[in-house]
Amino acid sequence: MRTVFIIAKREFRLFFVSPAAYSVSVMIFLILGGIFFINIYFGLRGGQIAPDGRMVISPLVTILLFATPAITMRLLADEQRMGTIELLLTSPVRIWELVVGKWLGATGFMMLILGVTWIYPIIIHRMTNPGIDQGVLIAAYLGLVFMISAMLAIGTFISSLFNNPIPAFFITLTLMLFLWIIGGLGSGSGTASEIASNLSFVAHYYDNLYRGVIDLGDLVYYMSLTIISLFLGTQVLESRRWR
Amino acid sequence: MIKVEGLTKFYGDFPAIQDLTFNAKRGEILGFLGPNAAGKTTTMRILAGYMPPSSGSVRIAGFDVLEESLEVRRRIGYLPETVPLYPEMSIWEYLEYMGSLRKVDNLDKRIDAVIDEVNLGDRERSYIGNLSKGLRQRVGLAQALIHQPEVLILDEPTIGLDPAQIIEVRELIQGLGQERTILLSTHILTEAQQICDRVIIINKGRMVAEDTPENLQSQIAGATKIIVRASSETRELVELIETMPQKMDVIAGDSEGEVMISAAPGLDIRPLLARKILDAGLDLLELRTTGISLEEIFLQLTQSEDKDEGEE
Repeated sequence: MRTVFIIAKREFRLFFVSPAAYSVSVMIFLILGGIFFINIYFGLRGGQIAPDGRMVISPLVTILLFATPAITMRLLADEQRMGTIELLLTSPVRIWELVVGKWLGATGFMMLILGVTWIYPIIIHRMTNPGIDQGVLIAAYLGLVFMISAMLAIGTFISSLFNNPIPAFFITLTLMLFLWIIGGLGSGSGTASEIASNLSFVAHYYDNLYRGVIDLGDLVYYMSLTIISLFLGTQVLESRRWR
Repeated sequence: MIKVEGLTKFYGDFPAIQDLTFNAKRGEILGFLGPNAAGKTTTMRILAGYMPPSSGSVRIAGFDVLEESLEVRRRIGYLPETVPLYPEMSIWEYLEYMGSLRKVDNLDKRIDAVIDEVNLGDRERSYIGNLSKGLRQRVGLAQALIHQPEVLILDEPTIGLDPAQIIEVRELIQGLGQERTILLSTHILTEAQQICDRVIIINKGRMVAEDTPENLQSQIAGATKIIVRASSETRELVELIETMPQKMDVIAGDSEGEVMISAAPGLDIRPLLARKILDAGLDLLELRTTGISLEEIFLQLTQSEDKDEGEE
């Protein structure tokens, strides 16, 4: 595991010199800040909306849909484009350690961003009396942690398929949108709807976790997506060596 | 230290290398010589554990490169043809990263030592993105040496360097070769001649010769060449020498009255030649032997291979 952490640490630090990572962070905080200000200034003060720590979470989830492909697009594609993967794979590094290390570094960075967004619920909590329901907030954030991890793992897998970050971005985004909208098909009845509902990124989050209900099935869903994606990423890199 | 047997690699249907077999001893600098697209980089990559062969086996320091890949990778230092580096990192940060991946003990001290070894002392905090090609090559060499490997695999280590840098890198490799086995690929013949203890020549993925540069010169080229210049016309001189009973090839030289002679190995015909020319009433202006260069051997081997293939 030491190798995983060495790779993750480098990846995490790289985000602080990466223009793409800064752009993503600025986009997240500008949009969330704007939404938060409007909610507080016009909604909460006028009594039109109830104090709720989750008022930034819904927009955050939508932003993440676009932000995570931008974060993951270069993870493995850049290593392949620059040829640095040749040195990594001729040093005593296993392919899975490389893939997991890259994913972990990106997850660390996104968790940092997620941690900073915690400031909004704190502000609401201090502005209102008796404050907000922190149980619901914790469940919603826990769900975000799992969901972001899965999104980043999917992005890492897609990044392993390309030598160029741009196609990696668009394919990841397309796949995310598919997992997003497939939830809409789950509103009917029948096996197909049930499958669609079970595959949906949105349903697993909004049906329980967002409402404060921690259902093991939802966490298992995100964990399965994470593990399968990282496994596929490892297999892709392994297969490239044999070509 | 390196044992390669029947190594073959196909890219689809195209055979990049076929049935390569060779060994390298501890402390030996083995040159891998061949024209572009001969299969040098493919061989280097397989030996470094980056890609598997289609068939054949490679053992490095007693470990199989396919079955015990991690053990092999712990023992080798590898410099690819195009040195891939992270431009956003400083030299120090980069070596720290590569050293940590290789679990080097006392890493800080080791980085200092290797930076001195490759002569990067005053640039250790410079960003890699700002370095010249020569300096990048040295950083690549430093990462290959950071863990003090038993085997160094260097793919065209002097490509793209200026003449002064080439001399520096060659001297560095010669120094390193005293303690470890080095496998070095190059298409520069003088480089192989200068720094390698033994040379393997490959062409179109097949080995065409293997020996020390000196033995290749004497065995493959056969005889030494003799240059003779006399006070006569070239044609007349050629005819005169051809009347001698000894078997030899005589061709006209670069200037009037000059001929080049290739005789069978082990036969020194210089006294006979001198007598023949003087007996014919000519003045002998020059008589000297010249060794055949590795370049000529290389062309002879690779061209005869191409010719054989054409005939088939």
